[in-house]
Amino acid sequence: MVEKTFTITDPAGMHARPASALVGSLSKFQSDITMEFKDKKVNLKSILGVMSLGVPSGSQVQIAADGADEAEAMETIERVLQEQGISNA
Amino acid sequence: MSRLSGIAASNGIAIAKAFRLEHPDLTVDKKNVADPQAEIERFGSAVDESIAELEVIKKRTAEQISEKEADIFGAHLLVLQDPELIGPITDKIKTDNVNAEFALHETSTMFVDMFEAMDNEYMKERAADVRDVTKRVLAHLLGVKIQNPSLITDEVVIIAEDLTPSDTVQLNPQYIKGFITDIGGRTSHSAILARTLEIPAVVGAKSAMSSIQNGTIVIIDGLEGEILLDPDEATLAEYKEKQTAFAGQKAEWAKLKNEATVTKDGVAVELGANIGTPKDLTGVLENGGEAIGLYRTEFLYMGRDNFPTEQEQFDAYSAVLKGMEGKPTVVRTLDIGGDKELSYLKLPKELNPFLGLRAIRLCLEMPDMFRTQLRALLRASVHGNLKIMFPMIATLDEFREAKALLLEEKAKLEAEGVEVSDSIEVGIMVEIPSTAVMADTFAKEVDFFSIGTNDLIQYTMAADRMNESVSYLYQPYNPAILRLVKTVIDASHKEGKWTGMCGEMAGDEIAIPILLGLGLDEFSMSASSILKARSQLSRLSKADMEGHVEHILGLATSQEVEDYVNKL
Repeated sequence: MVEKTFTITDPAGMHARPASALVGSLSKFQSDITMEFKDKKVNLKSILGVMSLGVPSGSQVQIAADGADEAEAMETIERVLQEQGISNA
Repeated sequence: MSRLSGIAASNGIAIAKAFRLEHPDLTVDKKNVADPQAEIERFGSAVDESIAELEVIKKRTAEQISEKEADIFGAHLLVLQDPELIGPITDKIKTDNVNAEFALHETSTMFVDMFEAMDNEYMKERAADVRDVTKRVLAHLLGVKIQNPSLITDEVVIIAEDLTPSDTVQLNPQYIKGFITDIGGRTSHSAILARTLEIPAVVGAKSAMSSIQNGTIVIIDGLEGEILLDPDEATLAEYKEKQTAFAGQKAEWAKLKNEATVTKDGVAVELGANIGTPKDLTGVLENGGEAIGLYRTEFLYMGRDNFPTEQEQFDAYSAVLKGMEGKPTVVRTLDIGGDKELSYLKLPKELNPFLGLRAIRLCLEMPDMFRTQLRALLRASVHGNLKIMFPMIATLDEFREAKALLLEEKAKLEAEGVEVSDSIEVGIMVEIPSTAVMADTFAKEVDFFSIGTNDLIQYTMAADRMNESVSYLYQPYNPAILRLVKTVIDASHKEGKWTGMCGEMAGDEIAIPILLGLGLDEFSMSASSILKARSQLSRLSKADMEGHVEHILGLATSQEVEDYVNKL
């Protein structure tokens, strides 16, 4: 399992556009991918799950990937978060 | 001819035949199924058909409106492919032997309820997304047709109970001249899209669906929120004239977007916008705002369950300052209390909240909270042209105390090696009569004044602005108010300082000529009023208006002032 902490820096927090980009980029991975915020853990492949966390700007989230392609998945996550400009990783 | 009225959601006049957009009956019954596997497959094909439809709508939206609006449907597509939505539905079909409609309805209701229960407007809107997606799949399951407004090729106005985001983007402005909905408000998604598409709309009309038949000639007045059915010849002619006038006016205003605000006699004044969040920046820039005259920071503190951190505030302030690219940006420090409460800040109930512990009084009472905001502002100051403004100042002591805290935080930051701008102006809101009266003394110490008219009127007239029975006392043109405004402007100019105004009055057609004559330096209003005000100011002469000021201030009543200005 690989795990990493990200700080969400976008002033609007984890809003629909970056959340969609992130979730959309992960469907091709087999690994189980989760995001945890304030003790609540959701499936990062689920847009409803991610939105339900309501992650505000400035907060830290823990993302974990577990499975055969976990390393590759984590790379994708880091890249998308940076491309979307919502986290400084 | 009959009339209806609702909420004016998007400017303009539309005249066309009514087209009722009816949503099919999507009532769901619970049934048991013998072959769950076949039911799961039936559900799968309904989802696939919905996905195909959404792909088309998304593409059309990107082409006809914008990539940004098309993103909504990108999000809908993800919802349709969400394992946390699809998984529980197929599980339910399998384990409970129920029909797909019922499993879908149950599962999506759970998500809708969850989003609606969230204490955040943005999240509440996500409930609408889930509902919209669910309806689409349900229609396919039930084999009913959802009307397709994109297929309309006559000029019509749409009448509907409500419009979903996917309905709204199918409205081709070439044929759809306007719309009326029975529910919704000025900030509902359909209202916002109507303004983007620039088609007139009235929302919240309550009984449009029950009283308007297909083919009825309808006039939508999106300026006043009025709807006229079966108009007679005279009314029709009147509205056609209004329609032409509005189109002409809009064209004239649009030309002024990149122009400076200059009066007929060549005097420049500054037109700024009032904003609540960084998101409002787009509107400011689209309407040619030359400044932000009031950034209400309390929205950062609202709709959440804890104080925003210094970093969150820094991010928001920097975003606004960067977006304004060096143009003046007046940020008002936290103005909470009165009619604005925070759930996580338990303040004792007060008998007279407007006269109680609010704004700067509260900030000085809770210096730690205040210092956090000041630090965030100071750190952000290097990203633009920041001016800091304290609200509800009643005495010079309050101003001195607030400014001392600001200077302390500045010194601390500099000691930490953080860069802070050295040219931050520090001013105050003038909304309490004591401060207006003492403006000459204040002017020696503050860098600027901004007159908050809503409160200044309420405190001067001793009339609670939330109390409808005394609303007749809300009199911006009352000579008492105008004289106070003059006192403040004159006092600032005597010390080489400037005065702005950030209440409703600054964008008011009657008030603008008077304020120009009084020498107001900056007018700050809602972004959508800027171009209209710029157009009006370009037709006014400051020298002329200065000549009228003495007479106006000598008038006896608000009505006399209004009549006098109307005759100019």
